[in-house]
Amino acid sequence: MSNLIEIRWHGRGGQGAKTASLLLADAAFNTGKYIQGFPEYGPERMGAPITAYNRISDEPITVHSNIYEPDYVVVVDDTLLDSVDVTAGLKPNGAIIINSTKDGAELKKLLKGYSGDIYKIDARKVSMETLGKYFPNTPMLAAVVKVSGIMSEKAFLDDMIGSFKHKFAKKPEVIDGNMKALEMALKEVTKV
Amino acid sequence: MGIRERLSGNEAAAIAMKQINPDVVAAFPITPSTEIPQYFSTFVNNGQVDTEFVAVESEHSAMSACIGAQAAGGRAMTATSANGLSLMWEMIYIASSLRLPIVMSLVNRAVSGPLNIHNDHSDAMGVRDSGWIMLFSENNQEAYDNLIMAHRIAEHQDVLLPLMVCQDGFITSHSIENIELIEDDKVKAFVGKYEPKHYLLNDKEPIAVGPLDLQTYLFEHKAQQAQAMRNAKKVIADVSAEFAKLTGREYKFFEAYRLEDAEIAIVCMNSTAGTTKAVVNHLRDSGVKAGLLKIRMFRPFPAEEVAAALKHVKAVAVLDKADSLNGAGGALFEDVVSGMYVSKVQIPTVNYIYGIGGRDTTEKDITKVFEDLKDIASNGEVNNPYRYLGLKEEI
Amino acid sequence: MTEDTINKDTPWQELTIGGNIYTAGNAVEFKTGDWRSTTPVFIPEACKQCGLCFPVCPDDAIPVNKEGKREDFNYDACKGCGVCAKVCPFKAIEMK
Repeated sequence: MSNLIEIRWHGRGGQGAKTASLLLADAAFNTGKYIQGFPEYGPERMGAPITAYNRISDEPITVHSNIYEPDYVVVVDDTLLDSVDVTAGLKPNGAIIINSTKDGAELKKLLKGYSGDIYKIDARKVSMETLGKYFPNTPMLAAVVKVSGIMSEKAFLDDMIGSFKHKFAKKPEVIDGNMKALEMALKEVTKV
Repeated sequence: MGIRERLSGNEAAAIAMKQINPDVVAAFPITPSTEIPQYFSTFVNNGQVDTEFVAVESEHSAMSACIGAQAAGGRAMTATSANGLSLMWEMIYIASSLRLPIVMSLVNRAVSGPLNIHNDHSDAMGVRDSGWIMLFSENNQEAYDNLIMAHRIAEHQDVLLPLMVCQDGFITSHSIENIELIEDDKVKAFVGKYEPKHYLLNDKEPIAVGPLDLQTYLFEHKAQQAQAMRNAKKVIADVSAEFAKLTGREYKFFEAYRLEDAEIAIVCMNSTAGTTKAVVNHLRDSGVKAGLLKIRMFRPFPAEEVAAALKHVKAVAVLDKADSLNGAGGALFEDVVSGMYVSKVQIPTVNYIYGIGGRDTTEKDITKVFEDLKDIASNGEVNNPYRYLGLKEEI
Repeated sequence: MTEDTINKDTPWQELTIGGNIYTAGNAVEFKTGDWRSTTPVFIPEACKQCGLCFPVCPDDAIPVNKEGKREDFNYDACKGCGVCAKVCPFKAIEMK
């Protein structure tokens, strides 16, 4: 399965990394892909490091294990860079996408010699400007779509508006903000 | 042509239950099966099913309520995992001996202790001799399909046994994956109406259920249960064939994956079979004749058929996701080798205990098993037939 | 085959499943009279037909006729517990 893309998410309990992985699976599913989206369950506590995974492919996926050699890694909280080996197994031709305000040199230092591509996005800024609250998962979702090219930006945005309408059926006032967060994040994510 | 969806294994099970629309669901929450009654209770609340949902105070009560409901003449379903099943244990035997075709979703999890919430098959293996039909499911699709077929099998007059559909906790129960659902009306037509011949709430025929059954009769009643289990084989084959006509998805007693010309083969159940398929494909690409035998129907156990399907293979590995702690081999291993022995099929066979308490099983692990099998096939020597896979150990 | 014809030699193929009993009210077929060690004796001359004895009989061993009057004991069912004799205000039942 040469077209198989494997993604690993690192976040902290409560930041929505699991939800983001499920939304990504949803979006890819809606563009006709075979998908897996699953978290690694541990003791679930607010703030504890958590991991979630995605497999996305044009063909049925039969493997049922965690992902050890991902194509992409998404880090929802850059304080994890100190304590979690986020680049473990990350493919050299893959990329890591980090929610951070740190500059490139700092990030490289924290990634201890990782030689692949590094992308960053200030998800806090995007979230505060568009939603008025800190929900990093929405900007990070857009960032991984942009970097991985799993689907076109248009297909992604078209699908997400449908998902948000469904997800936020009881609070439609947040749909616009979330869509703006995605659009802004697609522009803000930059290669270090 | 079916409905393309993406659902977790638990969502798939709950949707199947919604489409089946049983008379009674009685359940108590336990990780990782909690979501099944949780989603189902939403369907009840929204009026999408006619089911009486009984929020019981324990799993013992859940199974007791199912027994009462089924004996009364209703269709009863439940879901549980691990220690929940342990607490049901007494009633599990009552359900099968009273010949009540209750259907359960068992989301497999390690039975404590020490306390663990993750997947292995120790819960299922604990009830393997309790007289329930046991179907195992590789993924969300199979968990769904097996549930749709469950009542037709369990309620058949030649069977009348309870049935559990197993899937791996978290690994498939909590993983969102593609699935093809069957339209509601087609499920309804396939499952059909439950028309028990004898039931407690029939005012035309007052009956007594569950009498004292001493030395004079219990042996004979157990023989009847055993016969019903043997009868279940044909019924499972027939219902599966009819299901294939409806959906195009074929289910046998087991799936023989690239096994026909295989020289080395793995026998396993549930999600590990999917990972093994990926490894088999890689090995085949490099010219290694690897194959897989994935058990779907664990009870009744297709002993003769398994032996026949493996008889041309040079070495077999049986993977057990529960240790019988007997110093001699896991439950699936014992079933496979005794089946082969009785059928006079003698092949070097090795047992691996793996995946205990949610220990992840990767393509690398499965590749290692096939590497071992190549060695065993080349010299015919097993040496140690009782091994571990993925255990941290000093060598 | 029904439970009427089931006996200790019935082969497994002929038993009802789970030991189910498909005819209700058949306890009368099970003779429990031979469990009895003491026997109640009905003394009709002393009996006022007050109706206290038959409701307390655990084995329904005191037949009542269409006029609502009790008759002599059904010794096939009576286990000789003596409750009827205890409850009788007129000494119309004697345990022997």
